[in-house]
Amino acid sequence: MSVYFDALSLVMQPQVLLVIFLAAAFGMFVGAIPGLTATMATALLVPLTFFMDPLPAIAAIVTATGMAIFAGDIAGGLLRMPGTPASAAYVEDAYRMTRSGRGAEALGACLFFSVLGGIAGTIVLSLAAPQLAEIALKFSSFEYFWLVLLGLSCAVFVSPGPPVLGLVSLFIGLAAALVGQNNPAGEARMTFGSIELLAGIQLVPAMIGLFALSEVLRYYVRPGGVSRTPPVRGSILRVQLGNLRRYPAQALRGSMLGTAIGALPGAGADIAAWISYAVSKKFSKTPEKFGTGHVEGLVEAGSSNNGAISGAWIPALVFGIPGDSITAIVIGVLYVKGLNPGPTIFLTNPQMIYAVFIVFLIANLMMLPLGWLAIRTAGTLLAVPQRILMPIILVFCITGAFAINNSVAGILIMLAFGVIGFVLEENNIPLAPAILGLVLGPMLEENFVTSMIKADGNLLSFFERPIAAGLGIAAIAVWTVPLILRLLRGARNRNEAT
Amino acid sequence: MTPRNFLAAAVLAALPLSAASAADYPERPVQMIVPWGAGGGTDAVARIMASVMQEDLGVPVNVVNRTGGSGVVGHAAIANAKPDGYTLGLATVEIAMLHWQGLTDLTYQDYDILALVNQDPAGLMVAEDSPFDSAQALLDAVKADPAGTYKASGTAQGGIWHIALAGWMLAEGLEPTQITWVPSQGSASGITDMVAGGVDMVPSSLAEGTAMLDAGRIRALASMSAERQDAFPDVPTLKEAVDSDWTMSVWRGIFAPKGLPEDVKARLTEAVKAAYDSPEYQEFMTGRGLGTIWVPGAEADAFIAASDADFGKVMKAAGLAGDD
Repeated sequence: MSVYFDALSLVMQPQVLLVIFLAAAFGMFVGAIPGLTATMATALLVPLTFFMDPLPAIAAIVTATGMAIFAGDIAGGLLRMPGTPASAAYVEDAYRMTRSGRGAEALGACLFFSVLGGIAGTIVLSLAAPQLAEIALKFSSFEYFWLVLLGLSCAVFVSPGPPVLGLVSLFIGLAAALVGQNNPAGEARMTFGSIELLAGIQLVPAMIGLFALSEVLRYYVRPGGVSRTPPVRGSILRVQLGNLRRYPAQALRGSMLGTAIGALPGAGADIAAWISYAVSKKFSKTPEKFGTGHVEGLVEAGSSNNGAISGAWIPALVFGIPGDSITAIVIGVLYVKGLNPGPTIFLTNPQMIYAVFIVFLIANLMMLPLGWLAIRTAGTLLAVPQRILMPIILVFCITGAFAINNSVAGILIMLAFGVIGFVLEENNIPLAPAILGLVLGPMLEENFVTSMIKADGNLLSFFERPIAAGLGIAAIAVWTVPLILRLLRGARNRNEAT
Repeated sequence: MTPRNFLAAAVLAALPLSAASAADYPERPVQMIVPWGAGGGTDAVARIMASVMQEDLGVPVNVVNRTGGSGVVGHAAIANAKPDGYTLGLATVEIAMLHWQGLTDLTYQDYDILALVNQDPAGLMVAEDSPFDSAQALLDAVKADPAGTYKASGTAQGGIWHIALAGWMLAEGLEPTQITWVPSQGSASGITDMVAGGVDMVPSSLAEGTAMLDAGRIRALASMSAERQDAFPDVPTLKEAVDSDWTMSVWRGIFAPKGLPEDVKARLTEAVKAAYDSPEYQEFMTGRGLGTIWVPGAEADAFIAASDADFGKVMKAAGLAGDD
């Protein structure tokens, strides 16, 4: 028990608390600017942490990243400009809620369930990190292949409307994912001699184009078609207790699944949010409402997303394996601060580890008031008339697309995908599966090809390892069971008819 | 050091130096281009360098990530900048590899090299439950069994660690494809895959396996360097382990566009040297398990020329070079 008090006394220092507060404000600021990501916020903090003691240094990073990721949701909910691929899973619901005057509730749900997922993830992290890390170590390319395939299958289930339109969108995303040199063979594909395209289609510009620019285009093509968004008014947090009471299982399921997937170094928050959104829709009593401005998916995917961010610390702390680009930076800082990651860190330095967990909790709790303030402030943006707001969004799109890599190529990609997004939506093809294809396509290819190289081309090897076999059967069942059920039902109906 | 003390020290340190350099340089912020993404090892080295250099130069040194094209984009941006001392870059070993792959015409000769500041030799690591307890045992098995029996991973196809391994195979008189290369996003995912039973060995730098080495999940069999590494005194060199002269390492350096004025070059070299010698840089590098070297100007040219030639030889023999 005394370890906890030691840890608490480490955290409850004015300097530490001040750092947490400043880092929170910094993260909120960086995350709210389109194109600047949580990873960028962390990288900018590294030189500063050098002059801090170990605990404030880690606290600064934990707080800033959590805050930056939530702040990315604000632009998603208000302007349909998702900050991360993970938040793209529910951006449509959040945006539609804002459009129908429930912006406060939507952004509040992003905030509240992010906090909840983050706290749940922290609890799991503090109780079972070493055990979970052991499981994560059993995942090789065979397991990841099936997991990614499961993630991709979600595309069909998350898209509103006929599944075939979801598939069309998915394949557009997969086709775009082929571009570049980041494939297992290291061959430049479909780059048309462009050096910039060697890196492939950059995700953030593509996302901004598909979602935000297409909305701007629609406004200018049909000025009357996009009605004015009602201002963000009403309770932000109070209604969330009602949402929690209505969807407790969803929040819990999202947090746990998110933490588990986040703990796998090759998966992360992106897959977690999409799988959770699909699970939520699958088990929902009202699946038809998903994608039309329904809060249920926000609850589950929002919790999952932040659970995954805590989960990513599990392999990072236990084995020094980065779970995502943020923990990759964090591991460097841990080493510099003499907190070498490893299974023994829990034995040799327990008060420090528990102090880090307490920082996680404080950082998450601090998100509530600061996030509330940010939502209120950002909400006033919608009071601006459409004819002024649209050019502002366009400026955000361009700066965001440029800022991610400081390159003009980002702007061109954003513009091209804006047109694609516009055409798709005019034809009732959902956008979300395209993003999923773009994010997961390269992972699917890489895990398939490397597995084949390892197995000397033997396809059965995908079922030889126990976890891989289990995931493989699940992935195949997801596709075949509905088909078989439909065939059976069709046969029965025919029998009854004759 | 408290922030205030630090600030005072920084100001004091900057004062005499800005008076000493007679020229006006530098009078505005300096940009440092990094060809790799924010958060990676190169980015970390650049940011710590920049934060110490700006104390010395007295102007901000801003790190700008110009990623893409296997590093071509960023390296080209450094070379094509105006040689006025206001654009520098952290160039990496890839500048000696990319032109062999036919991805760019740029070579190290297109830069004024201020200094190399980091070097990490390739290693040879196996999982804890691997049957090989020495590099010799591993080499014997590789020689005895048919090509493709053993798999290795740790970087992309044609990446630095792939070339390190292929080069070693060539040096042993074997085909470079004797061990099948399984491409991966980086050494972290390669090592994880090895522990999960996916591949047999990872030839990345030992620093990248520190946590798993400490955890006893993987074992280091050799270091592909002329001498043992300070951070890993128990790991034999390849020479000691299998009597091979093969060495290979990654390096990073501060480069400027070709044609820097002599006084600016001298001033910058001084700033880079001061940053290199600073306890901040040294502690940071040791903390991360990264090796430090100081190879300035002309020596760096010679160093890279040798490294460049090595890459050309191995990449051509291994079929990893471009068509031209």
